[in-house]
Amino acid sequence: MNRYPAWKYAILVIALLVGLIYTLPNFFGEAPAVQVSSGKATLKLDAAMAPRIEQVLAAAALKADFVQFEAGSVKARFADTDAQIKAKDAIVKALNPDPADPSYIVALNLLSRSPHWLTAMHALPMYLGLDLRGGVHFLMQVDMKSALTKKAEALTGDIRTLLRDKNLRHSGIVRDANTVAIRFRDRETLTAARTLLLDQLPDLEWVDSQDGSDFMLSGTLKPAAARLVQETAVKQNITTLHNRVNELGVAEPVIQQQGLDRVVVQLPGVQDTAKAKDIIGRTATLEVRLVDESTEANDARRGNGPVPFGMERYVDRNGEPLILKRQVILTGENLTDAQTGFDQQTQEPSVNLTLDAKGSRIFKDVTRENVGKRMAILLFEKGKGEVVTAPVIRTEIGGGRVQISGRMTTVEANDTALLLRSGSLAAPMEIIEERTIGPSLGAENIAKGFNSVIYGFTAIAAFMCAYYLLFGMFSTLALAFNLLLLVAVLSMLQATLTLPGIAAIALALGMAIDANVLINERVREELRGGASPQAAIHAGYERAFATILDSNVTTLIAGIALLAFGSGPVKGFAVVHCLGILTSMFSAVVFSRGLVNLWYGRQKKLKGVSIGQVWKPQAEVPAKT
Amino acid sequence: MEFFRIRRDIPFMRHALVFNIISLVTFLAAVFFLATRGLHFSIEFTGGTVIEAQYAQSADIGKVRSTVEALNFGEVQVQNFGTSRDVLIRLPVRGDVKQAEVVTRVFGELCKAEAGTVAVKDVTTDKGEQVSRQVCSAGAAEPVKLMRSEFVGPQVGKELAEDGAKALGFVVLGIMLYLAFRFEWKFSVAAIVANLHDVVIILGFFAFFQWEFSLSVLAAVLAVLGYSVNESVVIFDRIREAFRRFRKMNTHEVIDHAITSTMSRTIITHGSTQMMVLSMLMFGGPTLHYFAVALTIGILFGIYSSVFVAAAIAMWLGVKREDLVKAGTKETDPDDPNAGAVV
Repeated sequence: MNRYPAWKYAILVIALLVGLIYTLPNFFGEAPAVQVSSGKATLKLDAAMAPRIEQVLAAAALKADFVQFEAGSVKARFADTDAQIKAKDAIVKALNPDPADPSYIVALNLLSRSPHWLTAMHALPMYLGLDLRGGVHFLMQVDMKSALTKKAEALTGDIRTLLRDKNLRHSGIVRDANTVAIRFRDRETLTAARTLLLDQLPDLEWVDSQDGSDFMLSGTLKPAAARLVQETAVKQNITTLHNRVNELGVAEPVIQQQGLDRVVVQLPGVQDTAKAKDIIGRTATLEVRLVDESTEANDARRGNGPVPFGMERYVDRNGEPLILKRQVILTGENLTDAQTGFDQQTQEPSVNLTLDAKGSRIFKDVTRENVGKRMAILLFEKGKGEVVTAPVIRTEIGGGRVQISGRMTTVEANDTALLLRSGSLAAPMEIIEERTIGPSLGAENIAKGFNSVIYGFTAIAAFMCAYYLLFGMFSTLALAFNLLLLVAVLSMLQATLTLPGIAAIALALGMAIDANVLINERVREELRGGASPQAAIHAGYERAFATILDSNVTTLIAGIALLAFGSGPVKGFAVVHCLGILTSMFSAVVFSRGLVNLWYGRQKKLKGVSIGQVWKPQAEVPAKT
Repeated sequence: MEFFRIRRDIPFMRHALVFNIISLVTFLAAVFFLATRGLHFSIEFTGGTVIEAQYAQSADIGKVRSTVEALNFGEVQVQNFGTSRDVLIRLPVRGDVKQAEVVTRVFGELCKAEAGTVAVKDVTTDKGEQVSRQVCSAGAAEPVKLMRSEFVGPQVGKELAEDGAKALGFVVLGIMLYLAFRFEWKFSVAAIVANLHDVVIILGFFAFFQWEFSLSVLAAVLAVLGYSVNESVVIFDRIREAFRRFRKMNTHEVIDHAITSTMSRTIITHGSTQMMVLSMLMFGGPTLHYFAVALTIGILFGIYSSVFVAAAIAMWLGVKREDLVKAGTKETDPDDPNAGAVV
């Protein structure tokens, strides 16, 4: 009765093998490595880079364990830090001939020492959380309100263009928060405009009303469109953050969306919060507007008169005031790239911008109509705008390639390009949570967590073996199998291991032994009741199972609640906790039974089982009915 | 080895009233301390800044406090963390202070107080990872090191508190539903009352000693809630089985029998789990300290409440054999036309 069919043993063996293979990479530790990734948004690394780096290394007489291209970057692993640093210098020299404008980011990094065949099977070590490896963590909140306002502002511009193109006369377009209101003199124009706008701008909902003798048409963003705006805003911010973080040269940054309007940024290895914050927290948005140089505007600029209606006053980087039109021609969204270069005729430093299709079209129209006038590129940081540059439009510019030149030094051009390039956040962000963990603290945390698990496990194992003898050994083996499976599953999922996660592993083991205690106690009880050894084993496992299931379900409920509502460290705890419950069900019931069956199952005339002393009371057992 | 050599069922339920009064008193005391002292929430809930710094020598807490207080960031708490060289500095959220600068400024002052200067240095760790960090150096020595800093905005804290409450609610409801479905409503009420009583007592301890209540403590509380409900489940399971097997026993005796026969298992499992928790308490360092403390209290009171409280409440609620042991439906269905005559 205590025999498993062959397939059950097969499943156990497979589980054991898979567990071993996926746990294995965690034991190899890490080796120094050099990582090369693209330093420019326009430059994409491909597989051809790996042989190139191999050549560079060969030329410098350095030997790498391997050089491989993976997920947009090339990594080379070395035997020691000495070779690693030499290799870095050699690669930097070869790839970035101009140190002022590096095309590639060459960073020192750590790579798993596990052999290639394991990596090929996607058997990778667990990903360590920041509290274990040290680094900076930011949680940023995206300002959705301003994303919506910006969208409404852009739509207002579109409406103006549309109405002008169709020759529909209006007496004013006003944007108030996220609502755009258009005034008309007569109802016919309103109806015509409405049909046109409904057709051209499907994102807006329109309501008409009457205000005195004027007819009003007010539009608001549809909820679905508003949602889309918010989603894209977060997405774009994440992309921008990626570009900015690349500047930091961090080996493995984590940039993820959390919830609806938040972004998590984790930079392992970075300890200098100030610099990281400076680069990440640069909450800049870009806008291109026209400069007004009418007499009134010039008066206002000198401070002699009020700022005309529809205009705004800004200062440039030297403190010079400028009067700009409120209407936004382009935003950072339309700017795909900004690089420095040289003007081909004058040999002056220049900034070259590349616009997307929509941007190019608008830009062509605007420049055609405004040759000889000035245009300003504004950078908004924390709600305050500053004019980065305000060049004069010399000719109509088509094709989306814009060159800004004149009165600039190379450094200025570089700065401007950098600002423009990294500038385009769709909506401003604010840091609402920040955490820095020193590298030594991380190593300490690993040691502490590891020690807790090891000592706890040893104590439990010693007790189980002493108290339940052979059955205790089986239970201990099942517990070890549980640990193996848990680590394997975590490695397979590439879950991030944190200190609370290690605590959850310890706790999972402490709780998992419950199932084996239940079984062993049951078996003893059956033996006490006079059952034959084989029957006692069978009944012990069968009867204990219902209880084990119940108790695991209640624990799982708590785990799921933590998973659903927890964030940050609690989530790390909850993931491991839930997985631990699942693996413990398998190991404590199926695996330990397998061991018992293997040991005792074949013996037909089993005299006794080694489960420790079974004490039988002398007094009579309550009568059974 | 066999620890538990119990000849006869221990008459737990005879003393049920005494145990319940003890529970009630502890519970009320816990509620009292929670109400009067309140929990000492960590900055994860309240928002604020925490800085952990390590000194080369034993840290002078008074000096650190006065140095930080001089910056006027509001109420400052300074305490040792783990060893005498490590200090933990807590600062509240202040609307008028730029949060982004707090850590840099505090560290700068601490460094100045040790006659050093802060500089950003690129350090390559012994493993070859490149790390740039702020280093405070006075000559060749490094008198103070920034180990860790944490800033939590007030809006995050509020959300965490809400999510914590939601999680607790979800766990309570989920467990009650499961037990009601698996056993009977009386058991589900009894189990939840008993285990919430544990939760309140853990919180009471934290309020009384003013231990820091952080997110990981909350996780521990919820985990222990799920765990100690196990205990009640095991006992209820036995009660059901005993009702089936021993038809002559009354409810009292059945409960006594169930508790007695699961006693050994209860102590051994909790002992094993406690061994693990103890190992965390001893080797886990200050970060896991209160997590392990909460688990310890939870486990100890978990035993007590499942044995003495849950079963007793189920008894007061009037659990009967009929509630658990469903007689064969054919015999009891009066509307069944094929049931035949009943003799």
